[in-house]
Amino acid sequence: MAEQPRSRFLRQFAITQGRARSIGVDLPLDTLVQATAKAQAAYRDQRGEYADVVRLAVRPISIAEISAHLHVHLGIARVLVSDLAAQGAVGVATGNTDEAGPDLRTLERLFDDLQAL
Amino acid sequence: MTSRPSDTLTPERDGDELRARPLKMVIAGGFAAGKTTFVDAISEITPLTTEAPMTSASLGVDDRGPVSSKTTTTVAMDFGRITLSETTVLYLFGTPGQDRFWFMWDELSKGAVGAVVLVDTRRLQDSFAAVDYFEDRGLPYVIALNCFDGVLQHDPEAVRRALGIDDDIPIVASDARDRASAKEVLLELVAHAIARKRVGNLV
Repeated sequence: MAEQPRSRFLRQFAITQGRARSIGVDLPLDTLVQATAKAQAAYRDQRGEYADVVRLAVRPISIAEISAHLHVHLGIARVLVSDLAAQGAVGVATGNTDEAGPDLRTLERLFDDLQAL
Repeated sequence: MTSRPSDTLTPERDGDELRARPLKMVIAGGFAAGKTTFVDAISEITPLTTEAPMTSASLGVDDRGPVSSKTTTTVAMDFGRITLSETTVLYLFGTPGQDRFWFMWDELSKGAVGAVVLVDTRRLQDSFAAVDYFEDRGLPYVIALNCFDGVLQHDPEAVRRALGIDDDIPIVASDARDRASAKEVLLELVAHAIARKRVGNLV
């Protein structure tokens, strides 16, 4: 059976076995991801999207960046990351999702950091 | 001091700690208001683009398989990054061009420091939707008025009246191409968010 991807989107669904959500984690797009040293070693010579994510995440990188670099939709990047997080291959730090925004101390530090740029 | 946020997952097996935390700002404005130019001026990376399919992202894709062939609309967002310190990374997300992508605005705005509305004074009406959105959401925002070659085309107070915004919303002149100018706008936004937070804490 000759399979021909009808669109990039369908192909992306194949990557994640048809899931655009996994393990109930709805990771915000600015979530930072960093691969563990162990995962970097384990995925070093591997191919495929998980290995690509691990290689990108040598330093903290957001899900949005992963999506952009791998040319996959945001939802796909979320799934790849949450799968890797479930394996313990990456650490993730989700941003603030509090409707009230970051707290005062965080904002004050942000001001100082920006000013020092 | 370095309290770990409760929502931070760390890979226990390796003992690796992810100390970095992201912050985000929303950069809004009408079509061709200079959103990506603004982000590019201050970002440490060339602005990247992330995409989400509209129907699946807005409805939430599940595992029921084949995506409807109607999934043709893709919402694209340009964004930039500023690594502020070893522990803080600031992301600047440009809002998707069309106002109908509100679901994406919701994700961008949730938990954000605030928003910059880039206003082209020749097309004020293009900013109404963004201003209304951030007002409704109660997200701190500032207005950045485009000025070309250092010349502001309109009186800021006239713009304030035209947009119908309160006196406490900062309006700053900005040249979106200029890094120092973009930085000033971001500082203005953070200062405004701090002021609002302080007032909120007093109430």
